Amino acid sequence: MNKLWLIIKREYSIRVKKKSFILATLLTPLGMAALMIGAGYLGVNSSKANQRVLIKDDSSIVKNAKIKKTGMVMDFTDEVLDTVKINYIKEGYDLAVYIPPFKDLNGKRHEVKYFAEEKPGIAAIEALERRIETAFKDHKIKNSNVDREVYDSFATSIDMEDGSLADDASDGKVSMMLGTAFGTIMGFLMYMVILVYGMMVMRSVMEEKINRISEVMISSVKPFYLMLGKVLGVGLVGLTQVAIWIVLIPVIMMITQTIMGGDPQADQMEQLAAATQGADGFDISEIFREVRAMNWLMIIPAFLAFFFGGYFMYAALFAAIGSAIGDDMQEGQTLMLPVMLPIIIGFMMMQGVITNPNGNMAVIGSMIPLISPIIMPARLAFDPPIWQVLLSIALLILTCVFFAWVAGRIYRVGILMYGKKVSFRELSKWMFYKG
Amino acid sequence: MNVLSLRNVTKTYQNHTAVNDISFDVPQGSIFGLLGPNGAGKTSLIRMITMITGLDQGEIKLNGHNLNQDMILDIGYLPEERGLYKKMKVGDQLMYLAQLRGLSKQDAKRDIKHWLQKFDAETWWNKNIEELSKGMQQKIQFIATVIHKPKLLILDEPFTGLDPLNTNLIKDEIFRMNDEGASIIFSTHRMEQVEEICKDIVLINDGALVLEGEMNAVKQKFKENKYRIEFDGTLPTHLKTNSFAIESDDEKGLVIRVLPGHDSNEFLDSLITEGIHINSFQEILPSLNDIFIKNVNNKI
Repeated sequence: MNKLWLIIKREYSIRVKKKSFILATLLTPLGMAALMIGAGYLGVNSSKANQRVLIKDDSSIVKNAKIKKTGMVMDFTDEVLDTVKINYIKEGYDLAVYIPPFKDLNGKRHEVKYFAEEKPGIAAIEALERRIETAFKDHKIKNSNVDREVYDSFATSIDMEDGSLADDASDGKVSMMLGTAFGTIMGFLMYMVILVYGMMVMRSVMEEKINRISEVMISSVKPFYLMLGKVLGVGLVGLTQVAIWIVLIPVIMMITQTIMGGDPQADQMEQLAAATQGADGFDISEIFREVRAMNWLMIIPAFLAFFFGGYFMYAALFAAIGSAIGDDMQEGQTLMLPVMLPIIIGFMMMQGVITNPNGNMAVIGSMIPLISPIIMPARLAFDPPIWQVLLSIALLILTCVFFAWVAGRIYRVGILMYGKKVSFRELSKWMFYKG
Repeated sequence: MNVLSLRNVTKTYQNHTAVNDISFDVPQGSIFGLLGPNGAGKTSLIRMITMITGLDQGEIKLNGHNLNQDMILDIGYLPEERGLYKKMKVGDQLMYLAQLRGLSKQDAKRDIKHWLQKFDAETWWNKNIEELSKGMQQKIQFIATVIHKPKLLILDEPFTGLDPLNTNLIKDEIFRMNDEGASIIFSTHRMEQVEEICKDIVLINDGALVLEGEMNAVKQKFKENKYRIEFDGTLPTHLKTNSFAIESDDEKGLVIRVLPGHDSNEFLDSLITEGIHINSFQEILPSLNDIFIKNVNNKI
């Protein structure tokens, strides 16, 4: 165990001391922060919250209606449309809107035109549409024989809720939206971890073989421990990097926002809330409530189990491949393909799984250990049945043990084998070599 | 007492038998030459002794006990294919290998410093391996092999890449460790080095044992009854009997081969009887190189 610890320590320390690691660890959150802030900044600027709108209302319906005026400046003009189109920018407006005369009381569709030098955001257009619609609807009710109260009573709201949730839980749409977001992040993170750190293990084994140090090493330590130490050491490097990012990304973003003196993200969230409130009926506080209400006691341990299981399984396989190929990368690509394929398939299936997290594809995918480390984490936020999570983890652990054995058998032969063209047939023979 | 005993050791890879039923003993405290042409099975044999690979049949005993992983620290192995982590610092690398071989951090540091000092390499501690010359790397590799003071040291071509000065430096250390009780298995193709260093040898070829024994006994076994004689005057013609044959003749003397059924004293007697003044008479033993070539060729 002491030897294993020494190997883990070496594999870990040589990597975390590398300039490339320090740079990647620090620059990634900086880059992400810059990107997100940049995107947020652009987003806010491209759809300003307080749009100034000049309206030429030939129907006089909107002009005379009591409409909500918060969130944007709405002024009316009686000038000729052509003049309005020319002058609205000079007069300090972002948008000019033309509402033609209202001809058909029973008409369902009315065309309203807008003129803008810069294309307004969809949220602003939708907010305007809703206000004009409300004014038209009020006008129609007033000019018909329908009683307002009777009309209002016709409005029926159907809310589909998840029957498995407690009665006091809020509706499932927010959790669905959050599930999609978390699922995508988790699935993508798994994909990245497996690919990036798995390849790191492979390169490290190849380097050892090329430097001919394997024989020196395994005259002091069993090959399996050498492989295990490498896999665990690199895994810890990955964990360190992810942990630093989790801490660093929000800190750097907070610092940058303070320096910039604004909070574009918060503005964006407010906008998002404003845009969605009317349509779907949920707001930011509901999102936070839902985040808190998520089954973190299941999600966190399960995610960690898939994180380690998935990484370990693939890292062991990549180690075996690294030991077999040595310095011949071309040959390596043929051997890598069958290991890469399930990772890519898992990643491609992820989108479908998130759309239908309890469908057949999702359930079957969760039970196939080669893809479950990508599929199951993507489902976790959708509260999948606990038996499926446990079964998936159990199958993954069994597969990990099996692949660690397979990889260990290949590795111990591979690291000492030079100048031999390696095929899958050859690899399968190595597995059954004695001693 | 033998430090190492091999009995009927066999190793087969698929259809190829790398080591075939080999048995021999390495006496305690000896410097033992493991000889054989390329592909003879030396590395396969060493890998079984160092537990890098297992054996298919037979048994290997170290100090009278069957090999097991606990004994791995009793062995120091310098493989022919040298290898170090190129981007690691000399000090870190030696510390890592020393600790893997059971030394505490403090002991490792102390002993490494001692060795670096001995090899005039105190200033290398913070140098990356890739900054060192091949000879310098070889020294580091040697330190890594012996740092844990193994009881059995297996050196595969230890002098490759070393200049004569450094060869002597390493050779002296090998002798010193041998004096301090370490047994040494020395694998090489350089027969003159084996003759100079080894007390006992085995020769393997094509996976099988060809000959074994104490160096002089082996030479005696393969001697061809050749003698070099230097004397005054010329050899009387009537002495040329069927008891010996002249192999070569030069200004100073002759090389003769005593024919089967006769011995060297007969020849000397006849010279003395003739009143010939003999200046020197010396048996010519075969060189290890000759024995090697003869035995390997016979098997091919």
